[in-house]
Amino acid sequence: MSAAASHLTGRFIPVFSILLVILFAWYIGAVALNAPFQHDLEKRTGNVTTGVAFIEKTLSQPKPTMPAPHQVAQALWKGTFGVKPWSRRSLVYHSWVTLSATLLGFAMGTLLGVVIAISIVHVPALDKSFLPWIITSQTIPILAVAPMIIVLLAAIGVTGLLPKALISTYLSFFPVAVGMVKGLRSPDILHLDLMRTYSATAAQTLWKLRIPASVPFFFASIKVAIAASLIGAIVGELPTGAVAGIGSKLLAGSYYSQTIDIFAALIAGSICAILLVTLVDVVGRFTHRQMGGKA
Amino acid sequence: MHADAPTRLAPNWQALLAFLAALASLFSALAATPFTATMDGTAALMVAALLVGAAALSNLRLSAALESAILAIGSFGAAWLLLGGLNEAFGTATLGYWLALLAAWLLGWRLVSVLSGDGVKTGTSRLIALIVPAIFGLWILIFWEALTRGAGVPFVLLPPPSAIGLRIAAATDILAADFVQTVVKAVLIGYLIGCLTGFLVAILADRYRFFANGLLPIGNMVSALPMIGIAPIMVIWFGFDWHSKAAVVVVMTFFPMLVNTLAGLAATGHMERDLMRTYGASHWQVLGKLRLPVAMPFIFNALKINSTLALIGAIVAEFFGTPVVGMGFRISTEVGRMNLDMVWAEIALAAIVGSLFYGLLALLERAVTFWHPSYRQ
Repeated sequence: MSAAASHLTGRFIPVFSILLVILFAWYIGAVALNAPFQHDLEKRTGNVTTGVAFIEKTLSQPKPTMPAPHQVAQALWKGTFGVKPWSRRSLVYHSWVTLSATLLGFAMGTLLGVVIAISIVHVPALDKSFLPWIITSQTIPILAVAPMIIVLLAAIGVTGLLPKALISTYLSFFPVAVGMVKGLRSPDILHLDLMRTYSATAAQTLWKLRIPASVPFFFASIKVAIAASLIGAIVGELPTGAVAGIGSKLLAGSYYSQTIDIFAALIAGSICAILLVTLVDVVGRFTHRQMGGKA
Repeated sequence: MHADAPTRLAPNWQALLAFLAALASLFSALAATPFTATMDGTAALMVAALLVGAAALSNLRLSAALESAILAIGSFGAAWLLLGGLNEAFGTATLGYWLALLAAWLLGWRLVSVLSGDGVKTGTSRLIALIVPAIFGLWILIFWEALTRGAGVPFVLLPPPSAIGLRIAAATDILAADFVQTVVKAVLIGYLIGCLTGFLVAILADRYRFFANGLLPIGNMVSALPMIGIAPIMVIWFGFDWHSKAAVVVVMTFFPMLVNTLAGLAATGHMERDLMRTYGASHWQVLGKLRLPVAMPFIFNALKINSTLALIGAIVAEFFGTPVVGMGFRISTEVGRMNLDMVWAEIALAAIVGSLFYGLLALLERAVTFWHPSYRQ
């Protein structure tokens, strides 16, 4: 069996069939969840339908309990290609607002994480005193306090992109810091000793040995960090009545019980997440190959 | 370094800087500029003298234990006096006050360096591993208290820790009710159901390779998605009470558990599996005696990740609608009413619950996976 064929049977077919099962279950669920409301409606209007006609109606309610996949797909299509990308009704516009906060927060979080990791590796006092608190910091459900942070920052005049980005920063610095501490400490003791025989300074050891050795750890951590950043940005949009962004679409949808809109926003957010993670993955592979690693 | 010419001096930059800052604040105290509106001159002189003395002694060659004791007394004694001097003196701290605080903090840093340096490794290292982070945390609180009250940060921006502590003591009944609503009902129930179903689905999927191959990529992808977004849908489906929050927690915890368990079940080596086959072991015997124990570190990893996710899920879901009790509800309403001390009290509660949850899981992990190389001394 060729490699391509084994990839097909080994992964593609199972994944595809499970996705089909999920889609099917979604339709069943939509019919089951929407049926009571439809029954009620038809009893009141006296226009009772049965069989296929009834199922069709449960799948085309304007505000269903559970929207059917094709309704969500329609909303997604309309929000993406049906309107101008810079209009307020466009999902592209809202995704871009969220993505810009995500990327800013991710950049700051990654930088912070790397700086923290480098200091922890070089200052033993920080390793002992600060590292435990970094781990504790993540047991605090920061997303839960996101509204307060945003309100506070708005009170001192920081509004717009930055507050959301700060939540993303808080969520994304942790995986980077922890992963990079591991990565910067990953060089072999023999290699470190070799650097010492060259009488290399700490900075030289860092640049020429520790940082190259930490690259795989770096990409593994930023993959987690960028997904966390996106979640931070979305939740950051929930509390303050933000007018734009995926989070605000979710909130608006929940106010008016527009489940189709909620699902469309959710899927738009998921597409963003997949794009970001894939991007990091591609850059990571490219860097790996440029550094002489095997594909 | 100076083995051939032993000197009485062992200068270090933290203590030197602290010495300079303490001297400057001593001059400021001598020049009769009060540190704060309610701190009298003798107290200021006492603080400055204490700091100058401790900083000077720390530059001498002393045993680590003696130096630690001197530094602890100097650093925390001065901090205690400085915080005491803030009574009723909101936002009146002067330059001398800040210099003294800076010197006390530098001595605290020196203390951490001495404690985490060499020479104190034998026997007491476990105690040190607790004391050193505690000093760091204590200094964060001291700075927070001194900055908010000394510099007069408005209460609605950042309340001092003492006010938060008072609020926690005064509002224990509200906090307890919120704790029961959010943690005991939504988080615990959702966490148990989510982790258990994730685990069981993984065991079943693992029985049939086809499902495992299909579920693993999907689960990996879903784990990266902003699942928190399903909160509004769950509130529409299951109503405002804790059931909808538990449902969010179930969905959020299911996929990490599924993916990690599947990865863990695939982690056994060929040799061990072949050995089991030579014993003629059945699928379930191999699972119970070999593959589940090997998968335990992965499963605990998922349990730990989920402990934070569950708290986040339950609290954020409360932003979308809730009865008038619960930690998320309290946070969002008290922010609106500018009762920041109550908000911080809830945050402290969430942090304590999160840390305890995580700590318990870590202890349990140690007990269950005692054989794992990462616990070898």
